[in-house]
Amino acid sequence: MTTKDKYKKVAYYPGCALEGSGHSYNRSTKAVGKALGLDLVEVKNWNCCGAMEVKNIDPKIQTYLSSRVMSTAANEMDMDVVMAPCNGCYHNLKKAEYDLANDQESADVVDKLSKKAGHKTYESGQVETIHALDWIKDSIGEEGLAERVKNSLSGIKVANYYGCMYTRPRHIFPEKDQGPGSESTSKPHFMDDLLAAAGAENVDFPLKTACCGGAHTLSDSDMSTKLVLNILKAAKLSGADVIATECPTCHSGLEMHQIRAEKTLGEKVDIKILYFTQLLGMALGLKARKVGVHENINDSIKFLKERGLG
Amino acid sequence: MPIHEKSLIRPENLTTHEELTLDGVDVSGHWSTFIETRVVNDYNENLQEEIAALPGGEEIHRCWQCGSCTNACTVNAINEDFNPRYWIYLIRMGMESELLRDKDIIWQCVSCNKCTYACPRDVFPEGVMKATAHWLERKGHTEKSPSTHFDEVFTEQIVKTGKIEESRTMRRFFSRTGQALAQPWMIEMVKRMLRGLPIGLLTRMGLATLVAPKTNDWSKASAAIQEYIDEQHEKQAQALSLAELVETAKQDVAA
Repeated sequence: MTTKDKYKKVAYYPGCALEGSGHSYNRSTKAVGKALGLDLVEVKNWNCCGAMEVKNIDPKIQTYLSSRVMSTAANEMDMDVVMAPCNGCYHNLKKAEYDLANDQESADVVDKLSKKAGHKTYESGQVETIHALDWIKDSIGEEGLAERVKNSLSGIKVANYYGCMYTRPRHIFPEKDQGPGSESTSKPHFMDDLLAAAGAENVDFPLKTACCGGAHTLSDSDMSTKLVLNILKAAKLSGADVIATECPTCHSGLEMHQIRAEKTLGEKVDIKILYFTQLLGMALGLKARKVGVHENINDSIKFLKERGLG
Repeated sequence: MPIHEKSLIRPENLTTHEELTLDGVDVSGHWSTFIETRVVNDYNENLQEEIAALPGGEEIHRCWQCGSCTNACTVNAINEDFNPRYWIYLIRMGMESELLRDKDIIWQCVSCNKCTYACPRDVFPEGVMKATAHWLERKGHTEKSPSTHFDEVFTEQIVKTGKIEESRTMRRFFSRTGQALAQPWMIEMVKRMLRGLPIGLLTRMGLATLVAPKTNDWSKASAAIQEYIDEQHEKQAQALSLAELVETAKQDVAA
């Protein structure tokens, strides 16, 4: 089976953020999947992956939490691919996969906890975890996407922002940095590729993998505001109208601290922030509401209307 | 100047004579700047082992001080006192009192993993930062940081229900750290958030704050996780000799 077919039906792990602040990412991911004829089957009775917090209490508990999600997909749903659109979930499942394959102690703890919790222990290799970017890029591809575009994104200048968890640390992403066609950990380009196929003009953006301070967005807000302000200003100076995001934590961090920078530092940076799935969805002819543009805090409705989108 | 000599040239360790002649040579002012002699006698020989006993700190012994971590660091670019390489050096040397000078900023690591990405020795500096921040708290050198409060509130909710409901986590965090939720920027954000939302979604969000989302059949997993966390916490307390620390403190008070 080619990658193309394998990703046509995947287990979907939305995660907690997509049921809360990242609801528009959830809505737009599902809508894009539907428009592209891809099948998402939500992981049954899933739990939180531990986000960026549980590892600080105990890393092996984080591994267990992520393993339970993969165990459900593999053992109860008979799925072999889990797609997680949230960078945090994607990262944690990848990290758990790596640890379970390479660290016997982690595997032992997960086995012990799984038995006590009453479900099958996840064995490394049972599922492949992918991001929403891999999902569209590998199942549909740029050409397939270009064929399906109804409203080109032409004239929209986009800064693609990937954040930290999608590429770092390198060792948990063995499929990246594997030459042509694979994703790069230093200069990721999958989102650029997809949006370019939909007609957008990607600007040369140096802070693609900079940190928005998402882990401390509430506990060290001043630091996060400074980091976000750097990203917003760099995108603006790169000539972008829009920052495209692929992580709910980054997205809400940018939205939140865009306002906080305005209110606490008097620094207003006028730039739109949209999930890449929202941009793709509108390029595929979906209405703005169908991809949840109204659910974003950053208001881009007028901007999109002026460009004949949504 | 090598990083480990940084402490030698702090203003309080330098002496300059306004007027001084040595062997007939006038060395007044800057010419006569001396570094005070000093004796370091408060090494904590267990420091590296204690950090290594906490999650994330295990690989600290691998560091060979290349500085890639600090060079890559997100927080260092904002605050140059935030220096992972220097702290790793101090820990490995057992220079606890020097480390304590920076005790209030070490928790500020944002976990971006740029250091871990750059490290040629697989030290996992990000983990070392977390281990060090926890060491400071557990040894009583600092209060729990806002970040630790957040981690605890977050983890407690997952252990209890299996899932996170963001506004609940946020409210608990603000109340535990004694902050007002109604900060001007937060009010503005909520205003903008509510602007475009359909009634259906608002109702759903409202309901979520009343009835927390949860994973079904979670109680056995919950109990197993809590048991494991408690076990590990106790092991770490032993590695850090916390019981002895409390005993010594009691004796000091009694004396």
